[in-house]
Amino acid sequence: MSKLVVTSIGPASSVQDGGRPGSQRYGLTPSGAMDRLALAAANTLVGNDLFAAAVEIGPFGASFTAHGGAVRVALAGAPRNADIGGRAVAFDSSVTLADGETLTLGFARGGSFSYLAIEHGIAGEPMFGSLAVNARAGLGSPYPRPLQSGDELKTQAASGAAERRIELPATPEAPIRVLFGPQDDEFSDENKKLFVDSEWKISATSDRMGYRLEGPQIKHLHGHNIVSDGTVNGSIQVPGNGQPIALMPDRGTSGGYPKIATVISADFGRFAQISAGRPFRFKAVTMAEAQAETKTFRDLLRSLPDRLRGIDEFGLNIEALRDANVAGQAVSATDAATWQVAAAG
Amino acid sequence: MPETLNPPRLLPSGDSAITVEFSRTIDEAANRRVLALDRLIAAEPIAGITETVPTYRSLLVHYDPVQIDFDALGEQLLARAEQALPTAAGTRRWRIPVAYGGEHGADLEDVAKTLNTTPDDIVARHVAGDYRVAMIGFTPGWSYLSGLETFLHMPRRQNPRLLTPAGTVSIGGIQTGVQCLAGPSGWHLLGRTAVRTYQLHRDPIFLLEPGDAITFTAVDAKTFADQDRAAEAGAFIAELVTP
Repeated sequence: MSKLVVTSIGPASSVQDGGRPGSQRYGLTPSGAMDRLALAAANTLVGNDLFAAAVEIGPFGASFTAHGGAVRVALAGAPRNADIGGRAVAFDSSVTLADGETLTLGFARGGSFSYLAIEHGIAGEPMFGSLAVNARAGLGSPYPRPLQSGDELKTQAASGAAERRIELPATPEAPIRVLFGPQDDEFSDENKKLFVDSEWKISATSDRMGYRLEGPQIKHLHGHNIVSDGTVNGSIQVPGNGQPIALMPDRGTSGGYPKIATVISADFGRFAQISAGRPFRFKAVTMAEAQAETKTFRDLLRSLPDRLRGIDEFGLNIEALRDANVAGQAVSATDAATWQVAAAG
Repeated sequence: MPETLNPPRLLPSGDSAITVEFSRTIDEAANRRVLALDRLIAAEPIAGITETVPTYRSLLVHYDPVQIDFDALGEQLLARAEQALPTAAGTRRWRIPVAYGGEHGADLEDVAKTLNTTPDDIVARHVAGDYRVAMIGFTPGWSYLSGLETFLHMPRRQNPRLLTPAGTVSIGGIQTGVQCLAGPSGWHLLGRTAVRTYQLHRDPIFLLEPGDAITFTAVDAKTFADQDRAAEAGAFIAELVTP
């Protein structure tokens, strides 16, 4: 059996998959990947089910070493510098680590979470149909906690299949769309307008339970205590201090603060990827628009296998390398000669 | 009850969930209607609903908007809400042992002081109550109970504790509850039970259901310790009382 050993990893990195919905009535939150599109893209590249378990890597660096045979992996999500023994590895592509080789990843650039999918998946014992880590509930496999150095992710030996890249639509630099409700009537029109008209930042104290939003103070009409009711991914609750908290996949299943709005499901992954401190805005949309976007997003997920492409005979994937380096300083995105140097290096 | 909304309000919780709100306050009648609608949906499913989450005053209905849209589902939910009749019949009753006070109930003395009575009186009153699981939420197995007598109603702590023990039985506002896992809480800690309302590798993993009736019995610290060991090995400890 092959395995990928975690040789170094920062906090906020864990095994995640499509999560475990279905037991929220018992207080069990669904967990699962912050960015489902990126998870699905990484899995598609190595032939896994869209929402198979993969490594969700937080903003910091990480490295993984193959043991006991070759391991085929794929990277998607927040881009970062990646190499195997100095050989650059592109995002949105698959790559095979030979036995003993180490994949080294830098800090996330232009996002928070990257996904490392492993061909044949990660061996583990599903609980409620999922390997996703929910540390508070003691759930997750192979480890019911965030990953640490020395952890082993067991899998099967690489199939030797040809490497692939995947063509994903560009992520729009657009406001995060929300639907008002369920408790928007706890806020004045003026405060609702303030919410959608203002620039926001995600606080550095945010985590998989909730993103604290920094911006103007949103005031309640009738105080901040409501009787607890159910929450969803993307519920934006406003506690007493007027600084909203967006609820993420490890949220409590119920909450006692008024919820002014909810991030639409099609934008949730894009929202989850906003790095701490980077300004962004919300935009209110209609139910019809939000539900149409859900269909579009579902179609995009379904189209992923059709978006796979081959990689040229040199194992280089120029487009993906260029994309991965857009935020970097070393490489010009327009200069073909620079590309070849970067790729060869 | 005047607070109960008839028909309930349909509130969008994003594009994939509807909050069916029967009341804005904690209200026994509304909670019974929530649970009745929940049961009716379970008995006669609506295509597109993926999961329901009952709470004190509302039913959160998760759905797949690709299968059914907000308006179509809303219409069906209103029809079901009208049909769903609250019934008390068929509810299970559990007896849950609690070690009150001392190291297991750090706030018992203070609660007694605040309410101008003795710790024994607080325990006697809490044990005398006839409770119902109004909802389970926040963290796995955290069971919120309705039926706390008015005398025991008191505001939550000014400073919530960041860590309270697993199995804590506490009061807060007009509610009492049993939490399963250690975690933060702003409630007043009266005691601890060995009962695990959530335990992996046990069948069932979740012991209590919304709507279950609950009574508490007082046990001493030694009994708690014995029960805790047995519970760790998978024993329910909670006793199912046949009606």
